[in-house]
Amino acid sequence: MLIGLIARIGHGTLFVVQEMGRMLIFLVATFAWLFRPPFRPFQILKQLHFIGFKSTFVVVLTAAFTGMVLGLQGYYTLRKFGSEAVLGSVVALSLIRELGPVLASLMVTARAGSAMTAEIGIMRITEQIDALDTMAVNSLQYLISPKLVAGLIGVPLLVAIADVVGIYGGYLIGVNLLGGNSGSYWSSIESAVEWKDVYGGILKSISFGLIVSWVCCYKGYNTRLSAEGLGAATTEAVVLSSVLILVWDYFLTSVLL
Amino acid sequence: MIKLVGVEKTLGGQPVLRGVDLDIPAGKLTTIIGGSGGGKSVLLKHVIGLMQPDRGEVWVDGIEISRLKGRALNDVRKKFAMLFQGAALFDSLTVFENVAFPLREKLRLAETEVARRVEEKLEQVGLSGMGHKFPAELSGGMKKRVGLARALVMEPEIILFDEPTTGLDPLMANTIHDLIVGMHRTFGFTAVMVSHEIPEIFLISDWVAMLKDGKIAAMAPSADFQKTTDPAIREFISVGSMASLKS
Repeated sequence: MLIGLIARIGHGTLFVVQEMGRMLIFLVATFAWLFRPPFRPFQILKQLHFIGFKSTFVVVLTAAFTGMVLGLQGYYTLRKFGSEAVLGSVVALSLIRELGPVLASLMVTARAGSAMTAEIGIMRITEQIDALDTMAVNSLQYLISPKLVAGLIGVPLLVAIADVVGIYGGYLIGVNLLGGNSGSYWSSIESAVEWKDVYGGILKSISFGLIVSWVCCYKGYNTRLSAEGLGAATTEAVVLSSVLILVWDYFLTSVLL
Repeated sequence: MIKLVGVEKTLGGQPVLRGVDLDIPAGKLTTIIGGSGGGKSVLLKHVIGLMQPDRGEVWVDGIEISRLKGRALNDVRKKFAMLFQGAALFDSLTVFENVAFPLREKLRLAETEVARRVEEKLEQVGLSGMGHKFPAELSGGMKKRVGLARALVMEPEIILFDEPTTGLDPLMANTIHDLIVGMHRTFGFTAVMVSHEIPEIFLISDWVAMLKDGKIAAMAPSADFQKTTDPAIREFISVGSMASLKS
């Protein structure tokens, strides 16, 4: 029984290590194909529209309510200490450093990441990816590279929008609804937010964009050839991307602070 | 032209190919028959480099392709086209765009020339004027014909057909067979077909090979193949013929 348990742990560990290796090879190969002709700017724009533009509404909605909640909670908490004047900096720093990148990336994972896995997975099951390869069109270059680039560009842009919308959401509640001082709100942001906060947020959003498109494309590309396999791949993609975003966020924060 | 030497492949711990030796004659239509799940499609995917053998060699025009990757493999694949079992049409593209896809990707042609070639191929497979439709709007037989048009549009030297008539009614299956034979006679490409359609394949094929227990059990010109005395092959042919009569 003990040997069986050790064997299972061993098998599990080996599988995880092999999967990590395969994922890394997939990423390196996709990047390598990115720099070889033919270049596909139209495909990148198409994916940018899908990952970026089409996720705008859900990201704006999430950011607006997050900013509003921060404004509400922040105002009543800070009022206890007579510090309502710094509400703007609390909202802005929370959003720029943490909530903007993390929440926007999680929303992109849920909306665009799952769709990417399903789309690529169906192409795998119906042999469309094999068809590309038989036509001497590299499927990594044609399908995956544009999605990876779109994730790298689209997510930081969405995070920037989320930050701005969230700050205005906090303003709406903290100033317009609860009667805080408008000048204090903006001046506290100006004095508290530094370049390294913005830089950290950009760095996080770029790496989260990479995680979402990398993990979701990998899971779709390597889906098992059944409806059940595709469902499992989509679930795994969303769960793994979300967990990696949160774990990577902790590591980046600990390095950047 | 195409030669497989001692090709072995294990999938999911199950040996599928156990030392396939096969020499496919150039310019002929060779059909590979065998039981379901016997590895025929796997064999076809080795020929075009979609799968790599665990052991053995795959030769195409004097090049051993089983260890090729990237651009070198793509160069060999330019000689090929493949018609997949489910046609494998790109469902986000129209019929026209599907057929035009290899032309736009591989040749720098003016759009008028692309349109001319695509319309010509669609006409040859009897789908003239259907270019605007999406694959989801087509029947199984129409999808196969679009797949055939896409395979032919680059005028390749070798075309692989993976069960081109599976899931079609007998009339549509005959239509697809007639199209394949007609195109083969017109363009003279080397054709390798995997099929279950017995006895029809004996009428259309130049050569027939049988895959059994992961090996090529027999290969002969079509007329000679039917005269085989091997009891296992005879049983396969007669059961296949009876099933065809019943349908």
